[in-house]
Amino acid sequence: MGKIRDLDGALSAITDGATLVVPADYAGVAMEATRALIRRGVKGLHLVTLPTSSLQAELLIGAGAVETIETSAVGFGELGSAPRFTAAVLAGALKLKDATCPAIHSALRAAEMGNPFGALRGLIGSDILRQRPDWRVIDNPFAENDPIVLLPAIRPDVALFHAPLADRNGNVWVGRRRDLFTLAHASALSVVTVEALHEGDLLADEVTAAATIPAFYIEAVAPAPRGAWPLKMGDLYGEDTQHLLDYIRLAASEEGFRRYLDTHVFPRRAA
Amino acid sequence: MSFPAAPPEMSGIKLEEVLIDVVLRLITGARHVAVGANSPIPAAAAFLAQLLSPDGPNVSLQQSPEHNLWTDGGRELFDSAGQGRIDVFFFSGAQIDGGGNINLNAIGDYAHPKARFPGAYGSAYLYFMVPRIVLFRLEHSRRTLVEKVDFISAPGTSPPNVFRRGGPIALVTPLCHFGFDKERARFRLESIHPGHSLEEVLDNTGFAFDRPERVPETPAPSPETLRLLRQTVAPQLARIYPKFAESVFGIPVASAVA
Repeated sequence: MGKIRDLDGALSAITDGATLVVPADYAGVAMEATRALIRRGVKGLHLVTLPTSSLQAELLIGAGAVETIETSAVGFGELGSAPRFTAAVLAGALKLKDATCPAIHSALRAAEMGNPFGALRGLIGSDILRQRPDWRVIDNPFAENDPIVLLPAIRPDVALFHAPLADRNGNVWVGRRRDLFTLAHASALSVVTVEALHEGDLLADEVTAAATIPAFYIEAVAPAPRGAWPLKMGDLYGEDTQHLLDYIRLAASEEGFRRYLDTHVFPRRAA
Repeated sequence: MSFPAAPPEMSGIKLEEVLIDVVLRLITGARHVAVGANSPIPAAAAFLAQLLSPDGPNVSLQQSPEHNLWTDGGRELFDSAGQGRIDVFFFSGAQIDGGGNINLNAIGDYAHPKARFPGAYGSAYLYFMVPRIVLFRLEHSRRTLVEKVDFISAPGTSPPNVFRRGGPIALVTPLCHFGFDKERARFRLESIHPGHSLEEVLDNTGFAFDRPERVPETPAPSPETLRLLRQTVAPQLARIYPKFAESVFGIPVASAVA
């Protein structure tokens, strides 16, 4: 079977209870796929964000799809805080593994290398470290009196992201969004939505090959034009700021959030 | 957010423009200034620094590919900082305490918080690794500037055996500019913005700080700085921080979707 599927077919690789890793807004967030997962009723996810998230984590948390989140931040930057994430944390309805951005990079990078752990400077004296019994401080064995933190590798079941292009073999061109390489390398498999299919072989030309994730990491690719909306997609389109402001206002209440889902998630968008 | 009206001698100059000018002076001479999420005032200062000097800094905005130099993903900022290649970074905090500790996570008991914020971002690492960290907080109150933070996202100082090449050098607020003395682990009042008083700073600050006998007034931005800021930097900012650009420079928020 080829790797190019329809959206729901591609997302069948993401099962309830999966450890799912997703990128930050600047790298290409699969929002159309996220809405499809919520329509399907996915639940029990262990969501890891590399290293932060906004609307994607918000919608999944608000819809009750997330059991545990490991993140460095969930928020909308200057537009405001993430109301459903905040409410879930305050209600104790979400297992939260607070991290700091480079710790998530380091732990995924360890997985890329097949190593059991990564190491990271900083952290010592932070309550982030104090709240993470899975992180350890050791003495640098190559120096005297030099404490350093070790972090267990994060090996996600699935990476989910949105990219500009894929070819029919399932090779995915990501441009300079190198975080997507980290996600694909660290995870057992990747599910990708793309703006468009590329006729030809992305690996045949060195210019495109250097920015292409080879198909052997990729489980399935589904075309989803404007699939990051209302978030931005690199040079292709910007974020829909007004939509995000409207979301933040609506989702201040559980009832408003339900109305948002009824308007923007449960009806399928016209292709 | 709302600020007191500009005092008469600075009429026409917005508070944010004064703060941008303060940050501009703090980043003088830097080779590479990196700016994280939600930092419009630092971003404006960094763009200005680039425009004002032929040897101006490289500027990298973490979340804006058109305004950064990275080609190796989000990790490149942290890798570069780990090697000492980044000179300046910026943080805020829901709470900032007198020891320079910042709290970006939660208020109250962490297990059962009274308030929750997005999270620590890169602070628990970059606060150690970047030589000049400029703190800014746009609410100067006893609620935000506290004696001791409820949760230390990143500590202001470290024991001598912990590897650390950087940390806070200053805290900029709508009332004043504090410097930070890492040996004493205390802030020192450097200047008070026009239209504000020492009493106001003392009344609204929850931590003890050092101060000279006579505290200078923060200087106003030069006409050249203001002109560049309003004409050249503001439209750049609007694409990255639409809400800020609307409130300070009157550039309307437009939906980015055509």
